[in-house]
Amino acid sequence: MAVQSERVEAHSLQGFQNEYASRNLWSGLLFGIGLMAFVDEVVFHQLLQWHHFYDLSTPRVGIFADGLLNSFAWFAAIGGLFMFADLRRRSAVWMKRWVAAVFIGLGGFQLFDGIIDHKVLRTHQIRYGVELLPYDLAWNIFGAALLVSGIALLMQSKKSAAREG
Amino acid sequence: MAGHGHGEPVFGGFEAAAFVVLAALFVLYPLAALMTGEKYKKWPLHRYAFWGAGLAAIAAALLGPLAELAHSNFTAHMAGHLLLGMLAPLLLLYAKPVTLLLRTLSVPKARGLSRLLKSRPLQGISHPVTAAFLNIGGLYALYLTGLFEAMHQSGWLYAFIHLHVLLAGYLFTMSIIYVDVAPHRYGFILRSAVLILALAAHKILAKLIYATPPASVGKKDGEAGALLMYYGGDAIDLALIIILCYQWYRSAAPRLSPQPDLLK
Repeated sequence: MAVQSERVEAHSLQGFQNEYASRNLWSGLLFGIGLMAFVDEVVFHQLLQWHHFYDLSTPRVGIFADGLLNSFAWFAAIGGLFMFADLRRRSAVWMKRWVAAVFIGLGGFQLFDGIIDHKVLRTHQIRYGVELLPYDLAWNIFGAALLVSGIALLMQSKKSAAREG
Repeated sequence: MAGHGHGEPVFGGFEAAAFVVLAALFVLYPLAALMTGEKYKKWPLHRYAFWGAGLAAIAAALLGPLAELAHSNFTAHMAGHLLLGMLAPLLLLYAKPVTLLLRTLSVPKARGLSRLLKSRPLQGISHPVTAAFLNIGGLYALYLTGLFEAMHQSGWLYAFIHLHVLLAGYLFTMSIIYVDVAPHRYGFILRSAVLILALAAHKILAKLIYATPPASVGKKDGEAGALLMYYGGDAIDLALIIILCYQWYRSAAPRLSPQPDLLK
């Protein structure tokens, strides 16, 4: 461990931030996207069974977009975690920034799913046989709240870094 | 093979041939590993296990009760497809058969083999993009055209398609993760992109089958088979993603600083 911290000290704080800031951001973002896709699958498809695997009104383009998005999210969840492990072994984790990026990823996926998948491409709806509006509102407001808190956290992490630097 | 519902002798012929080949591979691999173990480093035990498990997955898909059921039951067919095209290739790859073959052959013959592996045509088909097309494209042709029905009419077609699923699955797996000898290497970004697209194409195909299963397959059976294809494919692709990311993680290790565990 001694050698690692020495290596980090060799960089100026500024240089360190520039080098690893974007990697912390990407790692968190990818992990957040993947985590929300996973939660969506486990909670809404499997546990509640509100979402349908396929509904008869799904257009072809919806199937294509959904397949692409889900396989990307699978990869993102795992790739993001391995990037995090890489940052850790370089003692380059910037926790606040990483968590902020995770929130942005979570909220971004939730909003994308709620607006593009559910409403524009109409791959499937949140729940069937109910008045959809309250569900859609709750879904998208929750997504927006995650996204906004992620952005706020990111701004704050920049500010506190500037103060320390 | 009187118990078969399809009544064509050529299916039985394929099963017999598959059995002989699998049995030969089952015996030759450990024999080669033990023999070369005297001359070179001892062949690790877990690779024997991978080889045995990979052959068992093939055997389950081609011979025995599952294969029998797969003629009439689409879900069983799909289970066989996952075993033959996805699980068996992954297991066999970790047994490193090409490395073993290179150890076993005489030096001139091994040189010939490695020249063959490096040749243009093999470079072409083992490129991740080509391998993905051969693998996933073959599946689209099988399930979205009349090929699936034709396969159950002709023994030769049945043999060809099953062989293709296995070989294309192996080719794809070895083009994405580098475990055995891999003369032509491509970057992580390209392989990640191909893996994501191939995984997406697999999911999309599963949903298309769910919506419109092959003509001879009933609705319920088609839906169950499609779900198995979707989630079973997810499970094995998850393994592929983890392995690929782990290989990136190892190769991206900072080189100049000693690793913490070396200092302990």
